[in-house]
Amino acid sequence: MPGTDIPADWRPGASKKVLLLRATVMARIRGFFHERNVLEVDTPQLASAATTDPAIDSFQTDYTGPGAAHGKPLYLCSSPEFFMKRLLAAGSGAIFQLAHVFRNGEHGARHNPEFMMLEWYRPGFDHHALMDEIDDLLVEVLDGLVDYRAARRIGYRDWFLEETGLDPWLDDTCAFRGFASEKLGIETLPALDDTDRDGWLDLVVTHWLEPRLGHKTQFVYDYPPSQASLARVRNGRYPVAERFELYAGGVELANGFHELTDAKEQAQRFEAENRCRVQRGQAEMPVDAALIGALAHGLPECSGVALGFDRLLMLATGASAIDAVMPFGLDHV
Amino acid sequence: MATYSTNEFKGGLKIMLDNDPCSIIENEFVKPGKGQAFNRVKIRNLKTGRVIERTFKSGETVEAADVMETDMQYLYSDGEFWHFMDPDSYEQIAAGEAAVAEAKKWLKEQDSCLVTLWDGVPISITPPNFVELEVTETDPGVRGDTSGGGGKPATLQTGAVVRVPLFIDVGEIVKVDTRTGEYVGRARD
Repeated sequence: MPGTDIPADWRPGASKKVLLLRATVMARIRGFFHERNVLEVDTPQLASAATTDPAIDSFQTDYTGPGAAHGKPLYLCSSPEFFMKRLLAAGSGAIFQLAHVFRNGEHGARHNPEFMMLEWYRPGFDHHALMDEIDDLLVEVLDGLVDYRAARRIGYRDWFLEETGLDPWLDDTCAFRGFASEKLGIETLPALDDTDRDGWLDLVVTHWLEPRLGHKTQFVYDYPPSQASLARVRNGRYPVAERFELYAGGVELANGFHELTDAKEQAQRFEAENRCRVQRGQAEMPVDAALIGALAHGLPECSGVALGFDRLLMLATGASAIDAVMPFGLDHV
Repeated sequence: MATYSTNEFKGGLKIMLDNDPCSIIENEFVKPGKGQAFNRVKIRNLKTGRVIERTFKSGETVEAADVMETDMQYLYSDGEFWHFMDPDSYEQIAAGEAAVAEAKKWLKEQDSCLVTLWDGVPISITPPNFVELEVTETDPGVRGDTSGGGGKPATLQTGAVVRVPLFIDVGEIVKVDTRTGEYVGRARD
């Protein structure tokens, strides 16, 4: 074809078998939620606000046209949660969504800058009730594909104490630095300084705790308040964020919250995150005022979770690279 | 000073680590959904050949290593240095024992080798994957044996010792895979 450059590799990254499996798993998910009267929704992928989370970089684009002659910045959603919470506040009841989401700067064996997320919200559920439902869902959608057994549940603090002897609430960064040196052989990590406590916790999680889980399934719940994100914080001897994560098949598969419903506290967290971004030299992000408005109006008490759909397929197929379960990963687009 | 960010990391990239030139073997991006991103990197120290694992915080930068790999012809050894020549410019360089290391037992004059230069100094020599060398010493050949099962040791012209089939005699030229040190077959001419 004259004038046409045929790309060297136009074929999809996923095999036909995997494409069929993707469709099957999507259909089973929809079946599961329809059975339980959870409404399927679909929210925009372009938003005028973005996440302020310093650990997440949003893609930015510009709309120019009617209503915005000189351009209006829009952000590709890193998660549909803000829109979904607005639906909840407007009285949607239980909802779920299979959404494409976007994160800049993330590419590797388990990361692709665009991926599919299964997100759902359950009014009236706390995070433990939602963990029960995740187990139910996974048993059902993975039936005949892989042997999924209800996950063991352990508190974040107990997980650390059990596997490392370190206390994430009480030990100082010196202890974490010592552990990194002794157990991980990491003598220096100049970019991780003494003040970055959460960075050291993440280092121990990714380099020691996760690898030792192997392919075992496990829920970890009640995170340090500094990692609350959008979860409510429960006060006590050790204040904890009512957040949980699910590890399965060697990957972090889901992240959920007993959701923060306090508009004022949410606004303060967004501001604090933006201050942190500025300190680190990241761009400040426009705060989602509509979400704050929705919380002020009244978000029902609820729990919500985001589950990596492509990683679920990695679990179902035993694939070690996310590229193998996506029609077109970054190297194919 | 040239630098690379972790986003540029990939197999084969040459970086400086602890003042030694290194080559990246494997780069793994790890990141909790709501936390710090790290790069876990497998690295070969090009001076010692040792493979180590290192962790970087994503976005960190490291110094680039001024490392060049070039094909050169092996000329001769004077006992202390091994001399190589650039076939285009005829420029010669001398590599010391540490750089030649394991490669020396495969080096045959005129053969083309991969020479790794750091700041212009040779730090490692990679012999061709296959070399053809003459057998200088081995037990007499056994007629009728064609299987090569078991085999026997044979000393080659460069001093290397490999296992060869029983029918190979002194004076024959054999082809050897330098990566495994295994006999591949009789050289064909």
